[in-house]
Amino acid sequence: MLGKTANGLYWLSRSLERAENTARLADAGQRIALTRLSGADDEWGSILQAAGGWDGYMAGHGEVTRDDAIDWMLRSPDNPSSVLSSIKSARQNARMVRTALTEEMWEAMNGCYMAVRDALARKVGERDLPECLQLIRSRTALVRGATHGTMLRNDIYDFLRIGTFLERADSTARILDVKYYILLPAAAAVGSDLDNVQWESILESVSARGGYRMVHGSRVRPQEIVQFLILDKRMPRSLNFCCSKIHENLRYLVNDYGQQTESADMAERLASSVRAQEVDDIFDYGLHEYIQSFLGSIADVGRQVEVDYRFYE
Amino acid sequence: MQRIVFAGFRGKAGVMTETTPFDEMWGKGDSLRGPYSAFQEWFDGEDHSRLRAKQREAEDVFRLTGITFNVYGRSEAEERLIPFDIIPRIISAQEWQRLSRGIEQRVRALNAFLHDIYNRQEIVKAGRVPLDMLKRNAAFLPQMCGVTPPGGVYTHIVGIDLVRTGDDEFFVLEDNARTPSGVSYMLENRETMLQMFPELFSRTRVQPVQNYPRDLRRSLGACAPIGAGEDPTVAVLTPGIYNSAYFEHAFLADQMGVELVEGHDLQVVDGRVAMRTTQGYQPIDVLYRRVDDDFLDPLNFNPDSALGVPGIMDVYRAGGITIANAPGTGIADDKAIYSYMPEIVEFYTGEKAILQNVPTWRCNEPDSLKYVLDNLKDLVVKEVHGSGGYGMLIGPAASRKELAEFRKKLEARPGNYIAQPTLSLSTVPIFTRKGLAPRHVDLRPFVLVSPDKVNITPGGLTRVALKKGSLVVNSSQGGGTKDTWVLGD
Repeated sequence: MLGKTANGLYWLSRSLERAENTARLADAGQRIALTRLSGADDEWGSILQAAGGWDGYMAGHGEVTRDDAIDWMLRSPDNPSSVLSSIKSARQNARMVRTALTEEMWEAMNGCYMAVRDALARKVGERDLPECLQLIRSRTALVRGATHGTMLRNDIYDFLRIGTFLERADSTARILDVKYYILLPAAAAVGSDLDNVQWESILESVSARGGYRMVHGSRVRPQEIVQFLILDKRMPRSLNFCCSKIHENLRYLVNDYGQQTESADMAERLASSVRAQEVDDIFDYGLHEYIQSFLGSIADVGRQVEVDYRFYE
Repeated sequence: MQRIVFAGFRGKAGVMTETTPFDEMWGKGDSLRGPYSAFQEWFDGEDHSRLRAKQREAEDVFRLTGITFNVYGRSEAEERLIPFDIIPRIISAQEWQRLSRGIEQRVRALNAFLHDIYNRQEIVKAGRVPLDMLKRNAAFLPQMCGVTPPGGVYTHIVGIDLVRTGDDEFFVLEDNARTPSGVSYMLENRETMLQMFPELFSRTRVQPVQNYPRDLRRSLGACAPIGAGEDPTVAVLTPGIYNSAYFEHAFLADQMGVELVEGHDLQVVDGRVAMRTTQGYQPIDVLYRRVDDDFLDPLNFNPDSALGVPGIMDVYRAGGITIANAPGTGIADDKAIYSYMPEIVEFYTGEKAILQNVPTWRCNEPDSLKYVLDNLKDLVVKEVHGSGGYGMLIGPAASRKELAEFRKKLEARPGNYIAQPTLSLSTVPIFTRKGLAPRHVDLRPFVLVSPDKVNITPGGLTRVALKKGSLVVNSSQGGGTKDTWVLGD
């Protein structure tokens, strides 16, 4: 496979994952805004931070409003992580690696792009937002379905998966980091209704409410949220899960190519350290510090993948 | 019988005033032509609203599969669809046989011509083509002198543009010996028709075109350098996703099961051209390039090119890679050389050309220039090096102002132009809201050349001018396409 193709596959799936995550954050923001009594827009501030591009937003707007935040996240061409920018980039990469994709996957991707482009051609009003988010969710799900259902399990698939899980780990970690202060044990003592909403908003942002309920019941507690989103090995968006997948797919490449790589070693070290982690140790170390160090490690793995598999030279 | 019809000439002595063009379905309007009889029977039984729905369905399919082309000079995001018309263009087996013979003869002559002018230049010595035509021609590459490509093949892939003016009259309009495009439309159009109207194919025997990608792979493989082994490594070189024909480049690579590479994926490693893979550099035996000569090698040609591979020409000259088509083949489809094609065919094959040339005035010759200037409103004037229908004047359709402006250009640089009569191109019906309506068409059959074989796919790309009366079939200027059927014996 060409290095350029590996690069395109990796960014195709990363961008697609990013589009989904951004849409999910917009959804969470809207839900929280609707269930809160005070009309303040400050929830959108932390949503924007979690979605990345906070500085870019502030440079163009100066203040945070619901409408501007949603528009920034869904459509803004100035925001490289907006749903529209991400879907465009995913499709651009798909065009570049067209020969590596099955017809079904390409058509799902191209169809996703056309539908989302049309849906986001104009500002999305409050009334149309649920339908629009639903469309983004189902269109990206179709691409994922076509990928799983039709692509050979070879190096092409491995690069797609590596991109997906690197992006997802990065996103989950950033969401936790934006709200880390409300998850600190001291905050648990407060235990007011307002904090409950805050905690739930975190679960909402990673589509984890249902999963959390199944595992931990209906009581929402910060320690268990951290346990669930960082350490749970069944939760498909947890850091533990994502790291083990990244490692797994890098190992497939190592076996397939018969070449040991630095990135596979790094991923293995990261995965086993997350796997062995105890939730109390994370708090002792400092939640924010832990997440920051995780974000650094995961970025290092990503950079090493680019080098090992000759993405650029 | 030679009978060129000059459309639009108004009663000049010696010129026929013929207004109704030859229709490939209805002839001169009186009776249904043989190749269309089965189709006509089917069409009569069809409900037009169903056909309209099918036509829309076809466009949706094209959009989804991404069979689009990028329009130059517009925003980079713009991808347009080439309109597809559901009425097939049908050619009988006998007509095709004759065409094939003519095409094969022409392609063999083109290759012989290329070999000759880059080596001994016998045709110049014989006085049949002036040396000036080569020397002062940008398409002639001195770097190719004395180089013989692997297998002796220069034009591996050719797309000869033909037009028809009557029952038995075909003319070659252009030879497209560099990097002809459009073959993906030939394949996708057929695929679409098969999906939409399977019943039509079960009642008519249409020769298949679907083997093209396999034939292309085999043909390219057969031209690999000596020592390439049993299964040569082939790759398609594209300028990238913003190129107007990117879809086709990806399509062909995909269908052949080979890599689609860009210049920055390639590098000269140990005297071979190699592509950067996830496992290191892998040498390439045959490069099907869809990049122009000038951009192929910044060390040997345009130094600013980022699309090519530095040093590829040195590897090529040393016999380390096959480049298809060979650099410098453009000289053979140059519009000024075109006018010499009857002589060229005769010189190398010893036979008269089976396919006719359109009479061509070379404006660098004073007598011709005078004639062209005197008759500008009746002629088609083309730039010698232009393509895609750009920079062209269609006299009968031009306004006074356009004629005056073009006259100035011609007087300033006569050597830059050739002129031809406006041929009355044949028509084939398209499906419109009001039913069938005749529109002008041309035909581009696709030819593969390997050392042992000339392979012509039965069919090709039919381009159709969708505007009533229009003669411009180029996709960049409002043309559409049709499926092209060659009937079985």
